[in-house]
Amino acid sequence: MTPASDLPRWADVVLLPILNLVAALAVCGLIIFFLGENPFTALWVMIKGAFFYSGSLGYTLYYTTNFIFTGLAVAIAFHAMMFNIGGEGQAYIGGLGAGLIALWLAPALPMVLVIPMAILAAALFGAAWGLIPGILQAYRGSHIVITTIMFNFIAGSIMVWLLVGPLIEQGQQSPQTPKFEANALMPKMHEIGGGVFSFLGSSPLNLSFVLALLCLVGFWFLIWRTKLGYEIRTVGQNPEAARYAGINVPKIIVIAMALSGALAGLLAINELLGVQHRVVLNFTSGYGFTGIAVALMGRNHPVGIFLASFLFGAIYQGGAELDFEFQTITRDMALLMQGMIILFSGALAYMFNPWVSKLLKRWMNRGEVTRV
Amino acid sequence: MSEFAYQLLLTLDATLRLATPLILCAMAGIFSERSGIIDISLEGKMLMGAFVAAAVAFTSGSPWLGVLAAMLASVVLAVVHGFACITHRGNQVVSGLAINILASGLTVTIGIALFRQGGQTPPLGSTDRFRPIEWWLVDALDAVPIFGPIYRELISGHNMLVYIALFLVPLSAFLLYRTRFGLRLRAVGEVPKAVDSAGISVSFLRYRAVIIAGLLCGIAGAYLSIGQGAGFVKEMSAGKGYIALAAVIFGKWRPVPALLACLLFGFLEAVSARLQGVDLPLIGEAPTQLMLALPYVMVVLVLAGFIGKASPPAAIGQPYSK
Repeated sequence: MTPASDLPRWADVVLLPILNLVAALAVCGLIIFFLGENPFTALWVMIKGAFFYSGSLGYTLYYTTNFIFTGLAVAIAFHAMMFNIGGEGQAYIGGLGAGLIALWLAPALPMVLVIPMAILAAALFGAAWGLIPGILQAYRGSHIVITTIMFNFIAGSIMVWLLVGPLIEQGQQSPQTPKFEANALMPKMHEIGGGVFSFLGSSPLNLSFVLALLCLVGFWFLIWRTKLGYEIRTVGQNPEAARYAGINVPKIIVIAMALSGALAGLLAINELLGVQHRVVLNFTSGYGFTGIAVALMGRNHPVGIFLASFLFGAIYQGGAELDFEFQTITRDMALLMQGMIILFSGALAYMFNPWVSKLLKRWMNRGEVTRV
Repeated sequence: MSEFAYQLLLTLDATLRLATPLILCAMAGIFSERSGIIDISLEGKMLMGAFVAAAVAFTSGSPWLGVLAAMLASVVLAVVHGFACITHRGNQVVSGLAINILASGLTVTIGIALFRQGGQTPPLGSTDRFRPIEWWLVDALDAVPIFGPIYRELISGHNMLVYIALFLVPLSAFLLYRTRFGLRLRAVGEVPKAVDSAGISVSFLRYRAVIIAGLLCGIAGAYLSIGQGAGFVKEMSAGKGYIALAAVIFGKWRPVPALLACLLFGFLEAVSARLQGVDLPLIGEAPTQLMLALPYVMVVLVLAGFIGKASPPAAIGQPYSK
């Protein structure tokens, strides 16, 4: 997916992403400067807003949770060389699954049954929405990028139709379902564990964060420690070789896309069971797209994905703080930063490669040159 | 004239108005993709164009200046796309996505900084925008059955940009199929190596293609904010760029079929707007939201080979290296 780099691994995995990030932030800083504000003040406001105020770290981690799910979703597809741009739609449909379970089973069943079933439903519905483009790609050759884009819009239309029609709260005008019962809600972190997490302050951070961490570990295990993971990576590296090795390539593509959709679907657990407490319009609000940036920055590895998710979580939460401190710049700045980061760490990922490698070579040869 | 026919005429009139930005963006997509550069950033370039057109038309009072500025702004984004995809051989989908998100962020951020209205531009006065053009003899032809009403509603009474969009379709077809530039452009999307070995620069050709795409998306954006609408509204492109992309694929990367696809998609939108809240026989209230999903479903069916076969330019999405 990206051109091979001739850099040593540490430079490729650490130095280049940092350079790209700095470049992206520098361009944003310039824009802030031209809008008449001090970029360093803005950065400081964002940092305070993301980490220091009471509850802000909890908010940052709550956003991080969303990005972990969508980032992992994109990454698992990337490992099979599939570009899943449909995280939005898969998460949206995942929300339908979680919502239906929460609405139908929550009054009757206890929490320990409802929540796992809602998680399962979110994953299954999301998986189904990733599965179809996967099948079309694997067996009919339909370009996955275009089909997943289209599936985002189809999901959007279906959800609008359901939320203004069959699923709308009786007697209400706004397109949303009734509120979930209390035993279908994800417990908030600051309310559990007898106050162990009270340092996070009152925030929407909920148990979904733990689920996200489990997914990170599970992702690592699946990709690098199981036969299926090996097959996914082989298909991604070289589908021809995979076929010769007896791997059923179309099947692996379909499985990877279904897993990708399932991970994206879990976003709905954090957003709906954790925060909104009902199915609302457009709750995915771009997290699916940000997942692409997260996967790219995180080099499709759980550790990288966690760090990138945390970065984006901080940008989202810190960006919200800009609204209170400035007249001219708002939380939309976060969107701009996100675009810049995708541009520099995604599309222009290897822009700095030539001169970094030249500098490194010069630096490594320095000793020899002086000896001569 | 019967009531049904008159309603149909009004729907067709709305179809043309709704299809205009799709047509412009679809032509843009054809130029870019025919040269081998995937363009999912039609949406972002159009949004940028819409904002700049409204901002410039508001400050200068001239809609023409607005269109020119919109084209320029959109070309800037197109060149960024080219820089990433052509010069640095980056991933074209990622670049397009970045441009779409950038455009969302930039338009609102600059809009708030300039106008302090939550990201909108102030509403435009009637002289700041393109107004409907009444053609000659509309009143005189009114008496003519059938043709009179069609002439008044469908042919006359649109703003300049609608006619420009329609004119650009045959122009694009001519450029692509009847000029040396068009031949080379199509070749570079199929077998760039051959073009290169003929001594023609692959990069320069592709840059020209993405710049043409930028120009066209700029006009589309201007149409949204100073033609059809009266000012910029946050996220006003609302997925039209993606529908245009769908039309490109549905039209198999050719201008006239893509035009027909745009008209079809515009018609679906016009019909669903007209059917909003209407009870239909047998199915009850018209599921208009589901009708709006039809373009997307149709594209999936085309891509899956269930309706015809869409084969994209052979070298699309592949960065060229010697």
